[in-house]
Amino acid sequence: MAAPGDIGLWTVPLAVLGGAVRVSTPFLFVSLGECITERSGRINLGLEGTLVMGAMAGYGVSYLTGSPWLGVLAAGIAGAGMGALHAGICGLPRVNDIAVGIALMLFGVGLAFYLGKPLIEPTAPRLPSIDFGWWSDIPQLRAALRINVLFLLGVALAPILVWALRTTRWGLIIRTAGESADAALAMGYSVNMIRLRATMFGGFLAGIGGSFLSLFYPGSWNEGLSSGQGITAVALVIFARWNPMLCLGASLLFGGAAALGPALQSVGFSHGYHLFNAAPYILTLLIMIATCSPKRTLVGAPAELSITR
Amino acid sequence: MKADVGAPVVKSGLGELLRLPPFGRKLGGVAEYVVIPALALLASLVLFGIFVAAFGKNPLDLYFYMYQGAFGTWFSWQNTLTRAAPLILTALCTALPAQLGMVIIGGEGALLIGALCATSAALALPAAPPLVVDLAMALAGMAGGGLWIMLSGALRQFRGVNETISSLLLVYIALAILNFLVEGPMRDPTSLNKPSTPEIGAANMIGSIPGTDVHWGLAFGIIAAALSYILIYHTVFGFAARVAGGNIRAAKVVGLSVGKLILIICFLAGAAAGLAGMMEVAAVQGRTNANLAAGYGFAGILVAFLARQNPLAVIPVAVLLGGIGASGGLLQRRLGLPDASVLVLQGMIFVMVLASDSLYGRLSFLKGKS
Amino acid sequence: MTFDKLSRRHLLQGTAALTLGTALPLRGAFAADTTVGFIYVGSRDDYGYNQAHAAGAAALKKMPGIKVVEEEKVPETDAVEKTMESMINLDGATLLFPTSFGYYNPHMLKMATKFPKLRFEHCGGLWSEKDPKNAGSYFGYIDEAQHVSGIVAGTMSKSGKLGFVAAKPIPQVLRNINAFTLGAKLANPKVTTQVIFTGDWSMPVKEAEATNSLIDQGVDVLTCHVDGPKTVVENAARRGAMVCGYHVNQSVLAPQAYLTGAEWNWEVLYPRFVKMFTSGETIPNFYRGGLKEELVKVSPYGPMVSEAAKKKADEVKAALMAGSYVIFKGPIVDNKGATVIAAGVSRGQTDPELEKMSYLVEGVIGATS
Repeated sequence: MAAPGDIGLWTVPLAVLGGAVRVSTPFLFVSLGECITERSGRINLGLEGTLVMGAMAGYGVSYLTGSPWLGVLAAGIAGAGMGALHAGICGLPRVNDIAVGIALMLFGVGLAFYLGKPLIEPTAPRLPSIDFGWWSDIPQLRAALRINVLFLLGVALAPILVWALRTTRWGLIIRTAGESADAALAMGYSVNMIRLRATMFGGFLAGIGGSFLSLFYPGSWNEGLSSGQGITAVALVIFARWNPMLCLGASLLFGGAAALGPALQSVGFSHGYHLFNAAPYILTLLIMIATCSPKRTLVGAPAELSITR
Repeated sequence: MKADVGAPVVKSGLGELLRLPPFGRKLGGVAEYVVIPALALLASLVLFGIFVAAFGKNPLDLYFYMYQGAFGTWFSWQNTLTRAAPLILTALCTALPAQLGMVIIGGEGALLIGALCATSAALALPAAPPLVVDLAMALAGMAGGGLWIMLSGALRQFRGVNETISSLLLVYIALAILNFLVEGPMRDPTSLNKPSTPEIGAANMIGSIPGTDVHWGLAFGIIAAALSYILIYHTVFGFAARVAGGNIRAAKVVGLSVGKLILIICFLAGAAAGLAGMMEVAAVQGRTNANLAAGYGFAGILVAFLARQNPLAVIPVAVLLGGIGASGGLLQRRLGLPDASVLVLQGMIFVMVLASDSLYGRLSFLKGKS
Repeated sequence: MTFDKLSRRHLLQGTAALTLGTALPLRGAFAADTTVGFIYVGSRDDYGYNQAHAAGAAALKKMPGIKVVEEEKVPETDAVEKTMESMINLDGATLLFPTSFGYYNPHMLKMATKFPKLRFEHCGGLWSEKDPKNAGSYFGYIDEAQHVSGIVAGTMSKSGKLGFVAAKPIPQVLRNINAFTLGAKLANPKVTTQVIFTGDWSMPVKEAEATNSLIDQGVDVLTCHVDGPKTVVENAARRGAMVCGYHVNQSVLAPQAYLTGAEWNWEVLYPRFVKMFTSGETIPNFYRGGLKEELVKVSPYGPMVSEAAKKKADEVKAALMAGSYVIFKGPIVDNKGATVIAAGVSRGQTDPELEKMSYLVEGVIGATS
């Protein structure tokens, strides 16, 4: 009995499409931000904490001021703050940036949960979405095409970052700091300042990615909001070979894979749903295995990045 | 500044007071490794006190309850040690590969796989005497955990996949496997509302260290840490590993088989975490279910980093972190602080200890080297 | 600013307390009051399972002579054993409520054996004669409330498709799904309930995805059984679907879309237990009850609920309150075609067979594994 709007198995690809858009946005922002940070020669594993702090800050400010966009801005600022903290500590001599990242992940998550206690119950104003499917009669397609502005911003940001890294002065400076600290010094720039700015930028984007989680989808603040999304996004950067356009592709892939589990169940295919829920991670691992090679372990990696040394 | 050759380079204060002889110079160097982290710890406690004071709580009450909850009474000590027991083993899962320069954060996954293998071993030997079952469980747990992390190492060695990422992804995959097996093929039909494997049997459970409420996992952890220390610092194998960790190219030039080193160390690391998983089953839960994923692996990463990847230092750091966790309950009930405050404190300690890295060799009164 | 509080008096007080505290091991044991300890597995304000218990604890705080200590986010490992012991030793708790399912075996049972003079009450466990006498388990037949929710949902649904976002396929969850569906079928015999299992009790992104997938499939009324229904309620309302709540009343989150809900009524049960405890009466080891015993309740109807729906629901609710209604009355066939309850067999709420439920009734789309 096909009721109007019953599109049967087409739900699965549509859900994957919708999920690719919905779920990928935080991954997109975090990975783009981390891309810039890593290009400057520093790895920031603390983005999980930054993501959660951004989510909390965004939700709180949106609730207090009534404007979700102020919330997004606040989230970005909070993220930039966490980035500055990361860069500040890593700037000290002999400090291991991977360890600092893990420390800030703990600190950021703890602080966000601590400050966010009073925010669990109230409902804050959400970000709006643009209806790209207005031409369609199929409600599922319309729902999948109800896209949030932040996603569009992220998609636009990816090629802009590619262009910026390649052609602008700042792009060159960042890349130099990432490839050879000595060369940057020779150019007259303080490597620490460059990395500070790059990490703050990365944190800013990660904070915005977090605000998407709490202000749009799933759209509320609670302590289970992020389940390792920040740290998986860092994995995506390596997987995307530090190329912002590939970061976009990887995020969409990941988001689509995350939507696969519930979508399959909704058309009646429930067997082994746990393994389907792990699909994004399995997929990432398989692709990494397929595309890496022992000779050129991290092709395209900025030479100054500590994981390559 | 003239340097008088032959005279000890001590500046002022404590150094002069002690008038360090050559032996004292060496002691001064070692003292650095204790004093600087201690200072960092103190600084973070002060910072945390300021943090809670900003929310209207009395920091002195805070320190009192933290002490009382962690080390104040015999009960608190047992609470602390119980929490520390799994952390020592899971910390080794990060500390051992770190000697090779690898950052592995997959202890949680190895723990879960180890627990599953251990439970399977116990269920496969229903009629065997308890000692045999426990031994089989330990071997199975170590093998399972070891292979899991060795997979990460192999991927790095043979496919060039970054081990930090692969070990993390393997954690999520292990979690999915755990849930799948516990709710499906390995499920005990009578474990209605809490999907679990069948119990391993009360006779096979490992008890507590006599006179305490702390299970034997603590002792096994300490032994494993000591053995790891001896392996890394007092054997040729360990020396080779540290050489490779310092400079892979030099190691290859000298003829060290880096691939073998990576695989063996990863196996040992995973075996430690797998043993932790086996202890959770044999000494605490009695079966495998989702409760095993309690974050011990992630806490272990923190312990390893705070202990600067030194297997012996892992023991006191694990006790410290166990103490913080133990005091968390008291902070909630007495001060009304949310559970997240323990996370904030851990983060602060970690950040401070890392920042204090820059102080090594700069604290003049501890300078013992010329 | 709050720094004023760090006055000299406070400093002296603090130091005095420090020295005294180390000398007195049993600090904080209040003589006259009864101290009741509550342990939550998650956050107290999750708009769901734990919040329901916290509401019950709050009701106790209003009672004279009762002191309540609470601890949240305690994992289901030996940490909870230490928490219970800490509450007993340091707070002098004599009645403990470890509220999460996984606390029962082995942790609470171990503590009950260790402290035979104290009382341990567990929510959801299955106490049996082998277990210590000072341990008890209680639970509410919230499936009765879900049944009533189902009637409302079935009446209000225009597409005839209902959705259920569930965590794991365990008996208590399956019972809710089945009761909901059986209720909906009373209103519309051709109705279907689509189930999606997210895999764990608190996974906001998966729950949101599940909600969206269900609505994409044409579902227009949803309910759920997860620890924090906030995500499902809000996302369903945003897509224009109707929603039935669970655990606590979530109508504040979706004032128009909220039809009704199945809620716990711990605010009534816990004072009842405490009164029994303080007066020396033994609390029954195996305590169960539904709408009649006031352990669960149905939320007030939302603005969209039609008169017809209210009428039918009230009828069944009254029958349940009177104790004259059986939800699981044969013949009942599962969604694979097998007969699970034969014709003429009536499984009342206290029937132990229901505690082992492993099937989904006809009309439910989904599989338990």
